[in-house]
Amino acid sequence: MKLDRALRQRLFAAVVLPLVSVLCGFIVAGVAVVVTGSDPIEAFTALFQGAFTNERAFPETLVAMVPYVFLGLAVALGFRAGLFNIGAEGQFYLGAIFGVLAAASLHGLPGIVHIPLALASGMLGGFIWAAVPGLLKARFGAHEVITTIMLNYVAFQLTDFLINKGPMSDPHSSAPRTAFIDPAAQLPTLLAGSRLHLGLILAVLAVPVVWFLIQRTTIGFRIRTVGFSQGAARAAGISVGWTLVLAMGISGALAGLAGADEILGVSHYMPASFSVGYGFDSIAVALLARSNPWAILPSAFLFGAMRNGAAFMQLQTQVSSDLISIVQAIVIMFVAAPAMVRWILRLREVPVGGLQITQRETAGVSSET
Amino acid sequence: MDLTVEWGQVHALLGENGAGKSTLMNVVYGLVRPDSGEISFDGRAVHIGSPQDAIKLGIGMVHQHFMLIPPLTVAENVILGNEIATGLGVVDQRQAISKVAELSRKYGLEVDPSRRVEDLSVGVQQRVEILKALYRGARLLILDEPTAVLTPQEVRGLFDVVHALVRDGAAVIFITHKLAEVIEVADQITVMRRGKVVATTSPKESNQAELARLMVGRSVLLRVEKGEAKPGQVLLELKDLSVQDDRHQVAVDGVSLEVRAGEILGIAGVEGNGQNELVEAIVGLRMPRAGAILLGGRDITHASTHSTLEAGLGFIPADRHRMGIVLELPVSDNLVLSRFDRPPFARWIVRTFDAVREYAVKLIKAFDIRTQGPDQPAGSLSGGNQQKLVVAREIGTQPKVLLASQPTRGVDVGSIEFIHRRLVEERDHGMGVLLVSSELDEVLSLADRVAVVYRGRVVAIFDQKEADRDRIGLLMAGAA
Repeated sequence: MKLDRALRQRLFAAVVLPLVSVLCGFIVAGVAVVVTGSDPIEAFTALFQGAFTNERAFPETLVAMVPYVFLGLAVALGFRAGLFNIGAEGQFYLGAIFGVLAAASLHGLPGIVHIPLALASGMLGGFIWAAVPGLLKARFGAHEVITTIMLNYVAFQLTDFLINKGPMSDPHSSAPRTAFIDPAAQLPTLLAGSRLHLGLILAVLAVPVVWFLIQRTTIGFRIRTVGFSQGAARAAGISVGWTLVLAMGISGALAGLAGADEILGVSHYMPASFSVGYGFDSIAVALLARSNPWAILPSAFLFGAMRNGAAFMQLQTQVSSDLISIVQAIVIMFVAAPAMVRWILRLREVPVGGLQITQRETAGVSSET
Repeated sequence: MDLTVEWGQVHALLGENGAGKSTLMNVVYGLVRPDSGEISFDGRAVHIGSPQDAIKLGIGMVHQHFMLIPPLTVAENVILGNEIATGLGVVDQRQAISKVAELSRKYGLEVDPSRRVEDLSVGVQQRVEILKALYRGARLLILDEPTAVLTPQEVRGLFDVVHALVRDGAAVIFITHKLAEVIEVADQITVMRRGKVVATTSPKESNQAELARLMVGRSVLLRVEKGEAKPGQVLLELKDLSVQDDRHQVAVDGVSLEVRAGEILGIAGVEGNGQNELVEAIVGLRMPRAGAILLGGRDITHASTHSTLEAGLGFIPADRHRMGIVLELPVSDNLVLSRFDRPPFARWIVRTFDAVREYAVKLIKAFDIRTQGPDQPAGSLSGGNQQKLVVAREIGTQPKVLLASQPTRGVDVGSIEFIHRRLVEERDHGMGVLLVSSELDEVLSLADRVAVVYRGRVVAIFDQKEADRDRIGLLMAGAA
């Protein structure tokens, strides 16, 4: 019976909680639509069409999903070490800068060499950008939330400096962007006539790799142990400082990979306004997935679909695409406060069989004490 | 369960950790709601929904962990919530101080009302807690494990206060798991086991051995059986070691000690006299200011925790939940916490779970850890089994020296007995054991030599044969 309860709790956390959170997110967003004088059914229909049923909509949803997978994994890995990496956006930028550097400046390499090199370069960029807050935390106790937020702005300004009429800008273009990358460095397309590229497969493969890293390797064990209990880790001779630096670094490398992948797979150059906030959204992606690498896939898919459908919704119904931010915000709120979901469900459960459940639970408690 | 407490009596509630004593008292104090049953007070049924209700009825509780505000004075702490204000809404300090002084005189609770709580010793802070309850009009006082943090002298002082209270007609519920105290202080004794009352008796009708049997349901050895120690070479040597605490105050002040193979050196002292800092310095969690630490002849003074453990130290931390185990990780992972990254538990960076599980199963059996299996989260084990897990891990590496800090804190009698026996066994096999404990009885019954610490200094070292409880108690209090 004890196990039963544990299983029920896990089921609640893994399935019920995220589903109810998303549902509530849409309900609240629907209310917001009504308040602004539009029809929520119409808006959500357009959102759905834009994400799935319109021509070329579905591949585009997958295109939007790719960075969310990498970035979601990045944030999730940080969470596992007890770190709140809010700097995924900045690391995303640095990954793009390093990726475009390697992809645009080298020529004559075969794709099989050039692509991995450029991706690795992007990972290095993200690694460095994230390892700095890790070092600051390990050495001086500076909180990573503050330092990573600050480094986001540094990354934005650095990008602006480099690309907006800076050393990396394309002299032949009037728009603030870099030169195009070497054709050999472009990620092959998976579906003719769409922007869907090899990055999707890389993203799907990254999930088991990150899972293996976290669950099956000594590095992952160190990260998890430090995340659970720094005191116990320290007493067992695990270097907490280095583990934090490493965890931040790996997290940043994943975010950097997302950045390089966007360059190599989608835009083929880097514009000064590179991201629409993928890195920030990915915090919600990781929270909704409760930092479980496998759960990142559906979570990233949902966010990709919302991101992709929102544009069409705005076009079609004049409801601002910022509506999905409301959904995201509510999702985060609910995931962060599971008690709220329990409360909502309890209200509905009472007439059916709520009394029984309560009795069983109290019996469990009293037999324990 | 039923429990009846009479006015003018000290009622001891005796039971192992987890027997339900504290839960029961939290119900009486309104912190926990009962599932069923009723409470009557002064002959009439009452409903106690919150501590406010309890206070109104005249029930006061002194928790194991004090609920005082350190930067405020004694008087301020006592009157908190019932401040006496002058016309302008300013707290009337003078009247508060005189009221508190009057109360403390009445019951022999010696304390200076104008001092800040943070400057007081633990024993005095406890008096402040009692004063607070009395000031709020408590007639029934619940003391939850009140002697856990006190020196023997302070314990005697507390007993005097308790006796003064009951002479005055109040009632005291005294929660404890220490048998000797129960015999000494109680008028009535209720023994609890697993949430049930197993006996109600009195000191006249019972004795320590019988109470212990009632508590655990079987006879336990109150004394540790062990043979003569055969000390060998020096394994751990502290030379004139000085360590600072977090506030950069001297916490360990020129300590020199030797632990030999095949002996248990016990460090006796009231908590907070530098033991934690000493332990952390040895383990490499805190860098010493001066002096040297040698382990098996190797200088580990400035070594990291990793290399210190590598050099042959086993470490049982005092705080099981914060440092001993990772609650969320399974038992098996916890059993290899300090060795997860080396063969056979890992190949390159990939962990080999078969080897981990096999090793875990072996230790679970050898150390009688009651678990559903190696995959069960360590946090769901009982306190005693969690501690056995830590002991198993640390003895399992067969270190040269085992540093055991409060190895049986918060652990049931059965596990205490088991852990004590294992420590003695390892001693007999030639391990050096450094035992740090604030339980004087534990040190006296286990250690072959006893070092008494007071304010960061070793004030005396006794052989077990010469160790006299009262004399050591005085030394612990800094009175000799």
